[in-house]
Amino acid sequence: MFFKNNSSLLGRTRKLEAQVDQFLDKVNQCGKAFSAAFQIYLENGVVEDFDRYLGEVQTIEHEADDLRRNIELELYRRTLIPDLRGDVLQLLENIDDLTNIYKADLFRISVQQPDILEEFRADFLELARTAVACVDSLVAAARSFFTDIDAVRDNIREVVRLESDADRISSPLQRKIFSSDLDLAHKTNLRYFVERIDELANQAEDVADQLAIYAIKRRI
Amino acid sequence: MELSILVFLAGGLFLGWALGANDAANVFGTAVGTRMIDFVTAATVCSIFVILGAVISGAGTTETLGKLGTITALPGAFSAAVSAAITVYIMTHWGLPVSTSQAIVGAIVGWNLFSGSTTDMGTLATIVSAWLFCPLLAGLMAASLLPLVSWTLRKTKPHLLRLDQATRWALLLAGAFGAYSLGANNIANVMGVFVPTSPFGTIQWGTFLTLNSVQLLFLLGGVAIAVGVFTYSRRVMMTVGNDLFQLSPVAAWVVVIAHSVVLFVFASKGLSSLLAGANLPQLPLVPVSSSQAVVGAILGIGLLKGGAGIRWRVLGGIGIGWVTTPVCAGLVCLVILFVLKNVFGQTVYL
Repeated sequence: MFFKNNSSLLGRTRKLEAQVDQFLDKVNQCGKAFSAAFQIYLENGVVEDFDRYLGEVQTIEHEADDLRRNIELELYRRTLIPDLRGDVLQLLENIDDLTNIYKADLFRISVQQPDILEEFRADFLELARTAVACVDSLVAAARSFFTDIDAVRDNIREVVRLESDADRISSPLQRKIFSSDLDLAHKTNLRYFVERIDELANQAEDVADQLAIYAIKRRI
Repeated sequence: MELSILVFLAGGLFLGWALGANDAANVFGTAVGTRMIDFVTAATVCSIFVILGAVISGAGTTETLGKLGTITALPGAFSAAVSAAITVYIMTHWGLPVSTSQAIVGAIVGWNLFSGSTTDMGTLATIVSAWLFCPLLAGLMAASLLPLVSWTLRKTKPHLLRLDQATRWALLLAGAFGAYSLGANNIANVMGVFVPTSPFGTIQWGTFLTLNSVQLLFLLGGVAIAVGVFTYSRRVMMTVGNDLFQLSPVAAWVVVIAHSVVLFVFASKGLSSLLAGANLPQLPLVPVSSSQAVVGAILGIGLLKGGAGIRWRVLGGIGIGWVTTPVCAGLVCLVILFVLKNVFGQTVYL
């Protein structure tokens, strides 16, 4: 009986570990689908493929939500990692917010269909790729937090670097937009999307800053 | 058995209860306070292993106390135990650092003075040096063990959740070892003074289990400690757990192990013989303070991390306790012996 309970406890711990990995995988998948949808939009506008990727992002975001809730419930029900539980919950919730931003950005593009002129497209695409890479680096840092605490710092450094890159793209892009001949409404609409995409990198950096503190607490 | 014998033994049982109520927190405080282990599991494991430690390995430290002073009459032993218990109660009430080991030594010296027996200064010096050495050794052990554990974890990179699971088991096992060491080392404080006047004979259960009179005495003391664990230690554990919460569970495990090893080496006759056989220096078998071993281990970790945030006043308090506790217990013992002899007409020494 003792060993049976023990092995089932170990089994449940492994299942929870897998759920944490799956949750982080979902964030990566969400970023990939976002990038693909955004590229399709820049090339062809809101077409069938764009809608398919939008649907995919919505599904992944929903699955990530479910996984996060399960993990949180399990951590509290089994009083796991009592010293770090609050930090882990905060980390997962903040990372989950990023999938919400992916979904919300694509949804707004689908509704507003901003007219992104040819001269701005390369910068928009570069910005989106950099922001997604920034989020992916945050996800890598979060994975290290669970398994390889020494690697957290390197991954966080990468998040900070990519966030600066995103800033280096978004600021000149906004200047370029506002120095163009477009009407003010058009300019404001484009600036809104620059900021929305850049927000992914900004938020990833904020979470990375918190993660750096959690990592110090996790060190013995 | 006469009722008076039970009444006199109650002095030691009360001290045992107080020891269980306070010192179980040194072994399981962090685990229970942080809810890594539930209280009932901790209290059950603690009680079983305290009793085992007391009955199997409690003789070594008792012999040392016996060398300090052999209390020849049961009312005298009662006075020593009760005065130690009163001292522990008063000093705890005033928030002063106190240890049953130091209290009982003071009480025995008090009895020696009252009865005109000689106090073996060599034994006293050995005991006092063990008190000094106990937190130092615990600190050294914790400061050596923590980097080793830290290095192992960095190499093996266990998942946070699996590490959590492993730490729970490690805390439970370390707690069992700690409880065994506590029983082995500290039972002398609770029942040591009654050994020369033990009212029990030898009892045999079946073919294998035989308990002599001293072991029966220790069994009784162990049960008293267990009652203390179950009835009163929960609150202390919650306080200790929250106080030590700045330590990670892994660091807390290091503290419990360091504490347990120190109590064990100051109690184990087997280890002492092994060291003697290998021509290595032996540690004296002396009842030491469980709380001071824990404080020493935490300070060791604090120093390893650069010494910031260490409350040096705590160290000063421990130093003062080495003097005030035995002096206070000795004085209380003199008063009780005087009252028992002159008011109640009891024979307090032969």
